[in-house]
Amino acid sequence: MSRKKDNYENSRWHKFQCWLKGEVDPLSAEGVETVVPDLLSAKSQTEASKGQPEGAAQEAAKFEEKKPADILQKKEEAQENCQKEEVQENCQKEEVQENRQKEKAQENRQKEKEERGIRIYRKFYQIMSVILCMGIILVLLWTIAYLPIFGNAGNPDNNEVSARYIEQGLKETGAVNIVTGMILDYRAFDTFGESCVLFIASCCVLVLLRMDRPGEDEADSSDSDRIYEPKNDIILQKCACVLVPVILVFGIYIILNGHLSPGGGFSGGAVLGSGLILYLNAFGFAKTERFFNARVYRCITVSALTFYCLAKSYSFFTGANHLESGIPLGTPGSIISSGLILPLNICVGFVVACTMYAFYTLFRKGGI
Amino acid sequence: MAAHLFYNIEETVAVILFGIGFTMLLLHRNLIKKIMGMNIMDTAVYLFLAAKGYIRGRMVPIVVDGITDAEAYINPVPSGLVLTGIVVSVSTTALMLALTIRLYERYHSLDLDQILMQAKKEEPS
Repeated sequence: MSRKKDNYENSRWHKFQCWLKGEVDPLSAEGVETVVPDLLSAKSQTEASKGQPEGAAQEAAKFEEKKPADILQKKEEAQENCQKEEVQENCQKEEVQENRQKEKAQENRQKEKEERGIRIYRKFYQIMSVILCMGIILVLLWTIAYLPIFGNAGNPDNNEVSARYIEQGLKETGAVNIVTGMILDYRAFDTFGESCVLFIASCCVLVLLRMDRPGEDEADSSDSDRIYEPKNDIILQKCACVLVPVILVFGIYIILNGHLSPGGGFSGGAVLGSGLILYLNAFGFAKTERFFNARVYRCITVSALTFYCLAKSYSFFTGANHLESGIPLGTPGSIISSGLILPLNICVGFVVACTMYAFYTLFRKGGI
Repeated sequence: MAAHLFYNIEETVAVILFGIGFTMLLLHRNLIKKIMGMNIMDTAVYLFLAAKGYIRGRMVPIVVDGITDAEAYINPVPSGLVLTGIVVSVSTTALMLALTIRLYERYHSLDLDQILMQAKKEEPS
């Protein structure tokens, strides 16, 4: 895509700029000045055409007066009629041309007026939007002036909810990382909704980007896919050989330690997805699709979401209270602890990794 | 007021970022730049939430040495909210970009005014 717009030559902004620079005068370009000589020449031509044939006809009539012949008279009449018709046609053509030129001029003027109106409207719109945004910023700043001071322990948002999470979180969920314990135990449905949002977003992107090209040949798509990329770049491939395992292991580490250290399903899944994307960029679709294609994507995402849903939603049948799982919480700080949080983290991580990879491949070639 | 704004410098910056993003959303006619403005607004919201959760002199809410005193850790609730916000932002950005690609394939332009004008021309037929 070039920086300039495709239709830039015909755009009004380009014409306006040309006019400002004095390169083109919009009035003279298609309208008035070129019209005048045309009119004059047309008139002179018509006068000439009027004059000559009439004179010739009169002379012919004088010469042939004495010849009593009906045929000649008929011929003369026919000639005169033809001449009259020609003249009339010429007159009509002139009128039509004049009308067209007038219409063109009027259209140009109207276009100019419209352009001026659009320009004025745009200036007005820009000024008003800047004023509106400044107003919003000022109102929000005014609100902030009445907010409690940053970092103060006595602020109203540090209320009994957060105190309860911190004091009881380790005992109730077994997770050392209180944020993970909060989002995957107390607020597990919220996180389930987030993973569903990711899944639905990838489905929507799939629908939007695949609609027009179901019958495309695979060979064509694989050819056009690599146009803008270096083919089998040796530097990228060697770097990927070293980096991809490290990135994948690091992503798995983040997912598995989600309840012990900063991280969790979302960040670890993003790292896993980026590792997959790097592998794809280095080695191409043919090698990646040996272990990750649309079927694998569907299986992993749907089974992870289903497991999450089943693991958390049966609390509806036990009275919608806090879920009392039979899994022991284990010793805080070890990897296998804190009940369901570790499997749920793994589910979320799989969903996020698949979604990131799916976004990339969808935008790249319109399919997983 | 100015002194208070200085004490709440994080929130002030967040609000100004929000305003910048909103201005981009209104002023630019290019759809990609509109999406960028949207993402800047998202970032401002994350900054605001993270600033609300911070308490001076306290630790990250990861239990160390078995201390489960509420006085020792910062507020964990805004962190979870920021996580939600990031996920939703990623999803909406992907959806918007996909829609932009479809619009470009249809109208061969990223200019919103041109797209609207072309759509208006095609409406009656």
